[in-house]
Amino acid sequence: MAQDGYRKPLPTPSPESKRYWDGCRNHELWIPFCRNCQKFYFYPRDFCPACFGWDIEWRKASGRGRVYTYAIQHRAWHPGWQDEVPYVTALVQLEEGPRLYTNLIGVEPDPTQVRCDMPVVVTFDDVTEEVSLPKFRPV
Amino acid sequence: MTPTDRDKASLYKRVAIVGADESDEIGIVPHKSTLQLHAEAARNALEDAGIALSEVDGIFSAGSAGWSPTLQIAEYLGIQPKYTDSTSVGGSSFVIDVEHAAAAIATGLIDVALITHGESGASGGRRGGSARPALDVQHPSAQFEMPYHVGGAPTHYAMACMRHMYQYGTTHEQLAEIAVATRKWAMLNPKAMMRDPITIDDVLSSRWIAYPFHLLDCCLVTDAGGAVVVVSAERAKDCKKPPVWVLGSGEATTHQTITNMPDLTTTPAAISGPRAFAMAGVRHEDIDVVEVYDSFTYTALVTLEALGFCKPGEGGAFVSGQRTAPGGDFPLNTNGGGLSYTHPGMYGMFLLIEATRQLRNECGDRQVPNAKLACVNGTGGTLSSTGTLILGAD
Repeated sequence: MAQDGYRKPLPTPSPESKRYWDGCRNHELWIPFCRNCQKFYFYPRDFCPACFGWDIEWRKASGRGRVYTYAIQHRAWHPGWQDEVPYVTALVQLEEGPRLYTNLIGVEPDPTQVRCDMPVVVTFDDVTEEVSLPKFRPV
Repeated sequence: MTPTDRDKASLYKRVAIVGADESDEIGIVPHKSTLQLHAEAARNALEDAGIALSEVDGIFSAGSAGWSPTLQIAEYLGIQPKYTDSTSVGGSSFVIDVEHAAAAIATGLIDVALITHGESGASGGRRGGSARPALDVQHPSAQFEMPYHVGGAPTHYAMACMRHMYQYGTTHEQLAEIAVATRKWAMLNPKAMMRDPITIDDVLSSRWIAYPFHLLDCCLVTDAGGAVVVVSAERAKDCKKPPVWVLGSGEATTHQTITNMPDLTTTPAAISGPRAFAMAGVRHEDIDVVEVYDSFTYTALVTLEALGFCKPGEGGAFVSGQRTAPGGDFPLNTNGGGLSYTHPGMYGMFLLIEATRQLRNECGDRQVPNAKLACVNGTGGTLSSTGTLILGAD
């Protein structure tokens, strides 16, 4: 659902990340995979940051992962979040390995409700006509 | 440590810190520009050393002075140094600058290094503009972090702390121990900004900034300048005060953004620390005083683990019972730290100043008796970079 007057920062895809953001737009999580290491990595670049090999491909991720860690943000440091504090920022470790910085939704911003290693699944927030942000909710 | 190891460590006792001081005023100083803070501190540190500005042939600085801090500062001071280093890896930069200065001096490129810092962390924003350059919109952080959150350091250090608490059972009370102990040191330092006593309950009842951090888990935001003068062993012989030797040094970096931090429960000090200790040829139990970057209570706690003063996960127990407070057996952040003394945005410089003063026996009420060996560790970015120094007095 597009919102008028969306006030938070929006991602500006780079040539290296366009595939990722295009995937998100289609509500699919596509992330880069190194054929040499046989491992996923993130963020997108034209090479693998583990081996500096350039033989890479894009693969669709499961969208499942765990909360590696989180914080509950009580202060709006940017006007876009003024009406939303407290909210949860998290690093989600995907089943495929890489971590994504994200927001947890569908859970109270309360340390008794959120915990590290809790299983989560991706959900896509269509914040504008062009941009969908992957966020995560408890399974 | 064998003699052979030390022979390889080419920076051992090659240089000394011979001057160290703050700007005339620190705290909330809206009536002075960042460059004034730099200049006052530079003058004070050079006077402390008994060295003229005209002798300075290497200038080192970071942040808060435009796109090239060292060009700006050299011009402002009216010098044309033959060596500049604007290493910009966050608040650790100034500690790392000591190692870089030592390398430049040890190889004969320069004789006298001046490292300066000035930052209007509290007042700069009110004057308009920003000390930090805007991010390219395609930068990884702008693409993959900022759509979810824009915030200061507390918001990301909090995520590291949360993982530590989850993995090791570190508690809010243990973190608060550090805030309370550090405040006790600040009460002994006339230059410290926050000098009223606080209790663990005060910390726990202060408002949330970013869970798991309360307000009193977080450092101050101030205006301050500082500078140190580093010279060769030869030049150190006829300075005003006894030299504070650089016995060991290490620098490390593991990532920039919190998303890409390999293990959120440690810091690069796990790399830079052992290197510095090995170069100095000293053991942890030999150290008399420890000055580590305390951007947050957690930063100090995890740094003690990373440096090897205790094992990973044992930091909470290690700091309990006010062990790091005045009178405790582990003197930590004896100036009152970034938590209670000053923190203009990047704090590393002030670790150097306090360690130098402790090793010169200049600290009055807060002096650690007979302090001969100090360990300094600066942390920068989002727990991204560290510089560790082992400093020693004769």
